[in-house]
Amino acid sequence: MFKKFSPSSDISGQSILKSSVQRTIRTNILSHFKVDPDTFEHIWPKKESLVLVKCREHISLYTVNGTPLFFQHFDGPYFPTLKLLHKYPFLLPRVTVDRGAIRFLLGGAHMMCPGFTSAGGELPPPEEALPAGTPVAIMSEGKEHAVGIGITKLSTEEIKSVNKGVGVETVCYLGDDLWNVDTV
Amino acid sequence: MPRRRAQRRSPSPDSEEKAGDKSEADVKSVPQTEESSAALETSESVEIGGKEPLAVLYCAVCSFPPEYCEFGSHLTKCKAWLQESHPDLFEKYYSETALIAKAGALSLEAAKKLEEDSIKKEAKAEAKAESAAKKRASAKVTIKRIERNKRKHITAIHGLEAFDIDLKKAAKVFAQKFATGASVTKNAAGQDEIVVQGDVSDEVEEMLEKGGGALGPGIGGDSGVDYNDTALPREQFKTP
Repeated sequence: MFKKFSPSSDISGQSILKSSVQRTIRTNILSHFKVDPDTFEHIWPKKESLVLVKCREHISLYTVNGTPLFFQHFDGPYFPTLKLLHKYPFLLPRVTVDRGAIRFLLGGAHMMCPGFTSAGGELPPPEEALPAGTPVAIMSEGKEHAVGIGITKLSTEEIKSVNKGVGVETVCYLGDDLWNVDTV
Repeated sequence: MPRRRAQRRSPSPDSEEKAGDKSEADVKSVPQTEESSAALETSESVEIGGKEPLAVLYCAVCSFPPEYCEFGSHLTKCKAWLQESHPDLFEKYYSETALIAKAGALSLEAAKKLEEDSIKKEAKAEAKAESAAKKRASAKVTIKRIERNKRKHITAIHGLEAFDIDLKKAAKVFAQKFATGASVTKNAAGQDEIVVQGDVSDEVEEMLEKGGGALGPGIGGDSGVDYNDTALPREQFKTP
């Protein structure tokens, strides 16, 4: 999504959101992210207003004080930015890919099922299975910080059983153009 | 809660950069499992004030967390930086034992390929940086005087981006200085240039050489005017 993204040409406009819209976004994010309201207050203080930055191809970035915090494609789920996820690693459920996949992930590839099911990979246990279409933090074998953010294309149980093709679609990753944007 | 108070830190990015080595290592030593169990418990945590953000150290060279430097394209530079500024972390990531542990999961062949790839990548990145630097060194600013009416001219300035000058701000400076209109437009080739109303080419040249404000540190060196380069030889148009 952000493999090619330049703030100067891909941003079409910025606007401060209505407070009612901000409220719905806040409740929406709070219900989807694993975060309690107090911690969320650190991420996005109630006093600060959220700015919607419209980008090409229906991508909406949400910034507070110019720092991108969340983004969304069309009206899909909200994702935290990777920098935010590094600071609050508990925001998203995690899946782990093996070491061999890191290099492809850093090139922007989607994550294939075998990367999760091999020795180095890791998926949540069956009782915490994630359905398809869940935002996940992509961790990697032997590393401590997330390397990317993705959205599951198959449920985690299906990934285990099918074990073929794309399991998690990469949304943003370390070193993509969103990573390089510090302020908008 | 297994999360330590030691991690308390203001969330501003500045202080993050300067995060002390010791607490950094402290953060790193959290086993993965403990971390994830912490994640599961967050929903029922009722700590007042919530959780402070983790301070994540980023490499000054490639902007990745240092554990991912090996996948970047400046590995040797990253290593040098880490060794100098965070020797303990360098020990952690690049010591013999760490390298062996890393290689453990991969077959020998795959590991070799990875290494070759990273060397290749680095060479490529270096070549790219070099050519960019060369391009920068030979960058030219073109100041063109274009005739609109017999006695009226506009001045088009092209090529300022190469000197890290914000065109919009520069246009504003020109507009203020000359009390005329100045705007950023796209020329026929689709590149951005500044168009200033009136014939101000000499003054613009002087201002750019001197720099200041939005015009950066000044474009010095041999700004020898190459009159052949401009579309119209200017002598021809010197009005009496």
